[in-house]
Amino acid sequence: MRIHVRLFAGLNRYVTNKPSGIPFDAEIPEGATVEALIRHLGLPPDEVRIVFVNGRAQPLNFALADGDEVGIFPPIGGG
Amino acid sequence: MWILRLNMSDLSYRLEEVPAKYQHLGGRGLTSTIVHDEVPPLCHPLGPNNKLVFAPGIVTGTPAPTSARVSVGAKSPLTGGIKESNAGSSWAQHVANMQIKAIVVEGQAKGYHLAHLTWDAASGKPKVEFMPANEYAGKDLYEVFPKLYAKFGDKVSIAGTGNAGEFGYGNSGIVFNDMAGRPSRYSGRGGMGAVMASRGLKFIIADPKGAPGVVIKDKALFDEGRKKLIDALRTHDITKPKGGLNTYGTAVLINIMNEAGGLPTRNFASGRFEGAAKIAGEAIFEGNKKRLGKELYNHACSPGCIIQCSNTWHKADGSEHVSCIEYESDWSLGANCGIDDLDDIGELVRLCNAYGLDTIEAGTTLAVAMEAGIIKFGDGKGAINLMHEMGKGTPLGRILGGGTAFAGKAFGLTRVPTVKGQSMPAYEPRAVKGIGITYATSTMGADHTSGYTIAPEILGVSGKVDPLSPEGKAALSRAFQATTAFIDSTGHCLFIAFAILDIASGFEGMMEECNGVLGTNWKSEDAAKLGAEILKKERAFNEAAGIGKEADRMPEFMKYEPLPPHNVVWDLPDSALDSVYGEL
Ligand code: SF4
Repeated sequence: MRIHVRLFAGLNRYVTNKPSGIPFDAEIPEGATVEALIRHLGLPPDEVRIVFVNGRAQPLNFALADGDEVGIFPPIGGG
Repeated sequence: MWILRLNMSDLSYRLEEVPAKYQHLGGRGLTSTIVHDEVPPLCHPLGPNNKLVFAPGIVTGTPAPTSARVSVGAKSPLTGGIKESNAGSSWAQHVANMQIKAIVVEGQAKGYHLAHLTWDAASGKPKVEFMPANEYAGKDLYEVFPKLYAKFGDKVSIAGTGNAGEFGYGNSGIVFNDMAGRPSRYSGRGGMGAVMASRGLKFIIADPKGAPGVVIKDKALFDEGRKKLIDALRTHDITKPKGGLNTYGTAVLINIMNEAGGLPTRNFASGRFEGAAKIAGEAIFEGNKKRLGKELYNHACSPGCIIQCSNTWHKADGSEHVSCIEYESDWSLGANCGIDDLDDIGELVRLCNAYGLDTIEAGTTLAVAMEAGIIKFGDGKGAINLMHEMGKGTPLGRILGGGTAFAGKAFGLTRVPTVKGQSMPAYEPRAVKGIGITYATSTMGADHTSGYTIAPEILGVSGKVDPLSPEGKAALSRAFQATTAFIDSTGHCLFIAFAILDIASGFEGMMEECNGVLGTNWKSEDAAKLGAEILKKERAFNEAAGIGKEADRMPEFMKYEPLPPHNVVWDLPDSALDSVYGEL
């Protein structure tokens, strides 16, 4: 299945030629979880803090569906 | 330690010993207590009976990390209630080092004056000299600051008010210098600039030469606390060197709020902005890198900050444009106005600094003007023109300078995102329920800093809760509001909260620093209790000023206009809002 991925706040440096916040597609097996996607992308798991799927924060064991929009963040804060 | 009173009516000053009941207070706790005790709640904020209070925090002036903060308090011309507005600047340290716990500005002078505050070694006391300051009125603060440094020396620090304050705007901040002497650190919210200008006070120049510094009662305990706090700040991913704040600045939040569907866009019509990635902290970092040919990490707004979150935006030719594009400013002048050009946003921030305007209130007011059709959403150049109208005091500029609620009324709009007359900042309450409760119930009007539930609702700091669920959010907001009132009293920047809410020893360190300075015996669990006492005074002032729980409500449009992309309305019952202070 195809997932639309966006990486933020420096996580894009682990995936070649992907600027921050610009969506790209990842092909992963049907029913794969957020955790599997992170592994597929080669992101260091301890640098991932928050994962949004279609605008809702989801846990690592959340099962993705074809066409999902996923945004991945390291720990960040501001105000 | 002294309370310094400046009487503007006869241009005299008085030093008072700090009364026993104020001895353990500082920062917000002290400004709010003095306003509560001395300002008639029904006075006109710009009239002779209001008072403007400056107070450095409890540990400000000591080597405690990230602690050069000052609270500014008064009755607010924007909300009609009590106000505490907080900034980071060397000015806070200088005043604290002269052993001044608070400066209370009273009365009204004819024309504008400045107060030159120095340390008088002969008498072992601070000294004030008043000087005429009419020559600085009506001028760009970027022009005035260098003149003040030339006259008083480059070691001094400056607190002041700009054109916006002189015009009496509800949107007018108090400006402080940053480390490079820019007029860029603001106690922005609530019209404190107009309160200062209406006293006839244009600047307070503080010269720390010879000042003895803050007395620390128990040095060993203080040092222990300081070390724990430094360790927490250095290890937490958000606050550590080259961590999120140091690399991308506060504007790193643009993307995550957008992703969560909670980035208010085009005057709170949507929770997503298609141009978010172009204006986010990452874009600022990359843009600077391209224009400068190297990576630029952020700097400290004030001495002793080890988080260092303040950015500088550069022009295409590599020269400096402005410092600092904070998340709130980036959002209000960017996404909320439909503007996706960082150069336009940078210029809008610079103009706020130049004229003495609060960036949040300025952006939300421009968005209301766009909604009214004065200019189009996304029109950066039009927004820059409107900013000049505000700064120059044209008739339209004065309507906009009155603030978002005032302009919304003048334009006959219903979509006006304010509570108690103060505009909402950069988090959509329909999509993030806890922060909505803070907006509705805060003694300050709609204010994110006063109860930053965004930490657990969005950032996964201090736990993780669903932003769209109302579950437990009244208690969450209450707890954050109480703890924050205490942190705002310590003199620490609120951003230490990211680290100390996750790292218990860091929180303990903050308490030990305070105990070291004051000789108190506070434990971590006392913070919320001490904070609650401050909130109760603020609340009592507001009630006496005619701002009761009926004012703790969201603007009606949020209850019937569903917000994309989650298509949610504000659906919390009023009883949840009333329980925040009802059960304090
Ligand atoms: S964390 Fe940022 S805002 Fe706070 S004191 Fe440091 S530089 Fe200033």
